[in-house]
Amino acid sequence: MDLSAINPILFIAGFFVAATPLIFAAVGELVVEKTGVLNLGVEGMMIIGAICGFATAVETGSPLLGFAAAAVGGAVLSLLFAFLTQVMLANQVASGLALTLFGLGFSALLGQSYVGVKPPRLADVDFGSLAEIPIFGPIILSHDLIVYLGLALVVAVWAVLKYTRIGLVLRAVGENHDAAHALGYKVVRIRTLAIMFGGACAGVGGAYISLIRVPQWTEGMTAGIGWIALALVVFASWKPFRLLLGAYLFGGLVQLQLNLQGAGVAIPVEYLAMSPYVITIVVLVFLSRDKGAAPASLGRIFHASS
Amino acid sequence: MKFTKRQAARLLASAAFAASFAAPAFAQDDKTKIGFVYVGPVGDGGWTYEHNKGRLAVEEHFGDSVETVFVESVAEGPDSERVMTQMALDGADLIFTTSFGYMDPTINVAAKFPNVKFEHATGYKRADNVSTYSARFYEGRAIQGHIAGKMTKSNTVGYIGSYPIPEVIRGINSAFIHARKANPDVQFKIVWAYTWFDPAKEADAAKVLIEQGADVILQHTDSTAPQAAAQEAGNVVTFGQASDMSQYAPFPRVSSIIDDWAPYYIARVQAVKDGTWTSTDTWDGIGAGMVGIGEISDAVPAEVKAEALALKASLADGSYHAFTGPLNKQDGSEFLAAGATADDGTLAGMNFYVEGIEGEIPQ
Repeated sequence: MDLSAINPILFIAGFFVAATPLIFAAVGELVVEKTGVLNLGVEGMMIIGAICGFATAVETGSPLLGFAAAAVGGAVLSLLFAFLTQVMLANQVASGLALTLFGLGFSALLGQSYVGVKPPRLADVDFGSLAEIPIFGPIILSHDLIVYLGLALVVAVWAVLKYTRIGLVLRAVGENHDAAHALGYKVVRIRTLAIMFGGACAGVGGAYISLIRVPQWTEGMTAGIGWIALALVVFASWKPFRLLLGAYLFGGLVQLQLNLQGAGVAIPVEYLAMSPYVITIVVLVFLSRDKGAAPASLGRIFHASS
Repeated sequence: MKFTKRQAARLLASAAFAASFAAPAFAQDDKTKIGFVYVGPVGDGGWTYEHNKGRLAVEEHFGDSVETVFVESVAEGPDSERVMTQMALDGADLIFTTSFGYMDPTINVAAKFPNVKFEHATGYKRADNVSTYSARFYEGRAIQGHIAGKMTKSNTVGYIGSYPIPEVIRGINSAFIHARKANPDVQFKIVWAYTWFDPAKEADAAKVLIEQGADVILQHTDSTAPQAAAQEAGNVVTFGQASDMSQYAPFPRVSSIIDDWAPYYIARVQAVKDGTWTSTDTWDGIGAGMVGIGEISDAVPAEVKAEALALKASLADGSYHAFTGPLNKQDGSEFLAAGATADDGTLAGMNFYVEGIEGEIPQ
């Protein structure tokens, strides 16, 4: 065993890359759940985003256009969920699971001619001489635009939910949709927009995997990250900054496992693979004493006449 | 069963698709039907891609007198048994199962269909209607190890293993022995990915190895993701695995091991057609052409390239064996006395590292 082989600066810098898909997917789902909707289709929306983004980036040569297309792709798929749950009043759990299964299959179909293709590369942001600062520079200032967008998104979601009227309305809809409806807010419209926002975020998160982290397309390449994102929202008890922390923790576990192997410490892969879920279960046990954490209307179907 | 629409396979696949609907089972007797079970997608650019090239070569060689079908991305284990059973029920005369993890399923299905011939790649279990075949990839690994030892500046070579099975361990040992001969200070860092094909995991593994100082990456997984990671890092050398991966040449990919299954597949199909097929165990290397060495690019210094080619020639004509003593096992006990070479039985079951490699083989 030789732990000195692990370069702490590169190790921590790796967290940012590993956590970014999680951050996007989870912060989108956080907003969706804040409005009282439980969308279990994150994995499906991510993988659709991954292929939409990949295909667009390959065809146009522009990674940024790819990310835009990924957001659109994820949002369009989430509209299917919105239609089922908000218009047809279908069960949210079943609809979300269906969305995941559909997304995995449909993305495989879309991606058949993109297996083994090399996508164009998104350059890292150039911070000039700032990036020369020891430790801070290589850890924080050595990433691509999307990493910083993800961090900005978390801050923006936190500020909007906490300080703005829009945030208040979103939370009102999630806490008690009947009361919000009585006050004259369009519950279905607000929820649909939130679901689309969640879909777009998940799509970008998926495209980050296929365009930057890997970068390649294969079937099922999101490999459960959407599920970790769902667990992460609960782990963070619906708080954006705790979510950020959790994303680094969950994202870092994978890095840690490979780093330890490289340093000669053999840990069975299965332990670290299941640890995000184990941690989430532990957190849920503690949370169960505090009923106030989850939005009160989470997962409940709203119908205006009831 | 699914058929890809990749350009190369498109026509053939749609023809096979149409045939499976148009021609009822009783009309199949004049054609030899051959099934292929793949562990990854045919577009993986590595292992499965080369097996599929072998399949296409069979179609080209025999024309209308054969019909081939394939199923890609079949999980190792029970699911593969289902796929093989379906192929046998659909009238396949010969089925190639092209991954180590299909070994027991192949034996199980073969017992149920005594009239169907099976060919299992890289395994060691045979039956009256099950042959095994593999290539001496470790000969190619010896050449890679030599180049890796010469090319590394950090004296750290990263190795992405798939599963800790003899096939992979043999490759690690062979590469290590020859890297040490070329450079006595070289160290190997080995990361097990526990997958044959998962670009995300392979890319992560490659990045971690690079972060830990490796400037040469050898991979025993099938995707090109480690090549992409090395290209991004900029100063890391890689080798194509199973296929040439020449889209990453001349740098980071400086050479490759190419599996060439076509001659073997054509010979075995011919044997079925002639009625001369028997259960055999084939293990061919560079000499027989089953293992090819991809062009060594100009990123490698000329004298290293010449040494590598000389090593290749001596492996090909049999004057040198990749496992030649004196060699010790990791624990210091003797593996081979001076001048002795490892027999095939030892190689087939190799489950130990040679002396000098750090770390343990996961159990």
